[in-house]
Amino acid sequence: MRYLQRAVLLIGLPVLLLAAWWFGSAGSEDFYRPSLSSIVDAFGQTWTWEMFQQQVFPSLWRLVVGYLLAVLVGVALGVLIGTFRSVRSLLEPVLEFLRAFPPPVLVPVAILLSGIGDRTKILVIVFGCVWPVLLNTIEGVRGRDEVLSDTCRSYGITGSLRLRHLVLRAASPQIMTGARQALPLAIILMVISEMMAANEGLGFTVLQFQRGFQIPEMWSGVLLLGVIGIVLSLLFRLAERSLLGWYHGQRAGQREW
Amino acid sequence: MVAVAARTSRVTGRRFRSVTLGVLGLFGFAVALEVAPRIGVVPIDFAPPTSQILVALGEQFGESSFWTALLQTLRTWAIGLAIAMVAGIVIGVLLGSLPIVRAATATTIEFLRPIPSVALIPLVIVLYGPTVKSTLVLVVYAAFWQMLIQVVHGVADVDPVARDTALAFRLSPWARVRYVVWPTALPYVITGFRLAASVALILTITGELVIGSPGIGKEIDNAQQSNAVRTVYALIVVTGILGVLANLLTRLVERKVLSWHPSTRAEEVTVA
Amino acid sequence: MLEVKNLHKVYDGHGRRVTAVGDLTFSVPEGQFACVVGPSGCGKTTLLRVMAGLLPATSGEVRVQDTPVTAPPPGLAVVFQEYGRSLFPWLRVRENVELPLKAQGMARAERRELATEALAAVGLADAHSAYPWQLSGGMQQRVAIARAIAYQPRVLLMDEPFAAVDAQTRADLEDLVRSVWKQFGVTLLFVTHDIDEAVYLGQRVIVLSASPTTVAQDLTIDLPAERDQLTTRADPRFTELRGQVYARIQKVKAPASEGAPA
Repeated sequence: MRYLQRAVLLIGLPVLLLAAWWFGSAGSEDFYRPSLSSIVDAFGQTWTWEMFQQQVFPSLWRLVVGYLLAVLVGVALGVLIGTFRSVRSLLEPVLEFLRAFPPPVLVPVAILLSGIGDRTKILVIVFGCVWPVLLNTIEGVRGRDEVLSDTCRSYGITGSLRLRHLVLRAASPQIMTGARQALPLAIILMVISEMMAANEGLGFTVLQFQRGFQIPEMWSGVLLLGVIGIVLSLLFRLAERSLLGWYHGQRAGQREW
Repeated sequence: MVAVAARTSRVTGRRFRSVTLGVLGLFGFAVALEVAPRIGVVPIDFAPPTSQILVALGEQFGESSFWTALLQTLRTWAIGLAIAMVAGIVIGVLLGSLPIVRAATATTIEFLRPIPSVALIPLVIVLYGPTVKSTLVLVVYAAFWQMLIQVVHGVADVDPVARDTALAFRLSPWARVRYVVWPTALPYVITGFRLAASVALILTITGELVIGSPGIGKEIDNAQQSNAVRTVYALIVVTGILGVLANLLTRLVERKVLSWHPSTRAEEVTVA
Repeated sequence: MLEVKNLHKVYDGHGRRVTAVGDLTFSVPEGQFACVVGPSGCGKTTLLRVMAGLLPATSGEVRVQDTPVTAPPPGLAVVFQEYGRSLFPWLRVRENVELPLKAQGMARAERRELATEALAAVGLADAHSAYPWQLSGGMQQRVAIARAIAYQPRVLLMDEPFAAVDAQTRADLEDLVRSVWKQFGVTLLFVTHDIDEAVYLGQRVIVLSASPTTVAQDLTIDLPAERDQLTTRADPRFTELRGQVYARIQKVKAPASEGAPA
């Protein structure tokens, strides 16, 4: 009985909403608001394996490469800047200034500087996503526990062992916070860089449907973008759980005591 | 006395050093951007030196169309943010205080939240065309989730003892929200405001750039289409300044509203 | 062997000049168990940090095994008071114990063996794969002690290690430290603010004065080597020694009233 109740609570509303959409839009005459059943039909016909290979995978590839590069660069620079006080004082205002730019304005600049190829789009994602990671890493490196630092010094834990087991791990909750903030930015930048400057890719394709008034196809593209957003956020959560298991466990423990 | 004097001079000394370094950093950054195109590290046609960007910026200040666009951007941003905040707070307090509703909506929220707001771009174009309304939909959609999540967390964070106390003294539901829930949730609301403000600015500019609704973003797109490279950069600098102002403003609000809160005080200590 | 000669430490860090350690001289011979007690705020922790090479002395020197301390010396291990913060929360218990050995470049098999032995010595043979935060406070401090033992130090410093655990756990841990000391034959300097603990544990108690710190009294504890919580604490000699230390600390708490040694 209780399981049933839980199940209803979990999927009740989504099922209800989908049903409302399905039946509410059934037989819709509105050209711009097609019925859900026609959108689903269009989805199956539009997003074939071939289409995925040609339009979706290249987009995802750029997204993943750009995002991972941004995290890598952000963590590396963040450790460097967070470790040295003077470097931090020197660079902090510049970083605050650079971070304040709304990342989408990078797209026109990147087009000017390097055309509309893969490199441009990856560059845009790296440059737009690096700030949250960088600034959070700096905070994390700065804020680590002094007793742990003392422990490392007392027991002769230095060099790369210290970097791996103290500096990076201690900053990892903040690093993940930055990475979490960067993920939606990466998706935004992937989509709009393809909308503004591309002749292929997911964003480009969806906008083409809109321009060609292929409305059910366009709706199906919007759905696909939504699904990609959901899947990426689930993947991120899995990664977070495995990387920060200790952190959540520790915090839950502290609350209990 | 001597100790106090020594302390003051030392602290101001350190702060002086840090401010000097910071100014030096900004100056060095500007110089680097000035010199790099001139010595050919980057193509001067596509990456003009700082001085030329500043000149173009000055020209923009003389144009009335620039000010119209700027005001439009600020308006879209403010309206979108306001709608998202009101909706986020009202729905957040409701969800946070009614566990059954929260449980029933949890899955839906988990699915809707990660949907990228830019996915809606083609939709709003066909529904509303290149208007401010289109951009507002994106802004509200993106900023609303930031607000909602924070408010729900904030309301859930209410101390059970405080809640039981309020119940024991038979406070009315409204009084409970006013005196127990709201003060606890306030720091979260402020955090939500800070995050929502920056996301809202990003989506405002995005909407103007991609959809073509009036504002600075559209001006950037126009300038790029007509190859007015310096104007592109000058307008981008304007968006950067907007971003900096947004950060300063939200931090000011944070400090004003939360001056009593330990997190703010701790932050001030580390800043000093 | 641990020597402290004319040690002097002045804090200038936060603007005010505070003399934390005045003029301190004492030495602990090889293999001795010495306890340091003093009124709260008398610079015990500062002293320990200087001895551990974590903090430079303003003047004077500390020698460990006849080598002056300028950085954390090899062959010296520290057990910190804040067990919750000195263990790596992202490493399992065994990994915590092995990490310092890994830093020395010790082979895997040897590391395993030492860690197993050390964990068995502190009564945690079964907790290898737990995370520190899954253990109680007393068990966490046992892990920290195991890590120190596995490091095979000649000198072991302990900074109020049991200040944050409950009374019963504390008694167990006290006996554990005695047995570890006997089993491994280290030179042990144990800092505490608890007079009973100092007298119960040590072969010798060094009483510090209030800040600026000097040695107020150096007392040999002539209790039998076999000690246990019941009989030792009931021993009239224990009560007498404890009374002596207590009286001395009461006196040094207010150095101004009796004329502080200049």
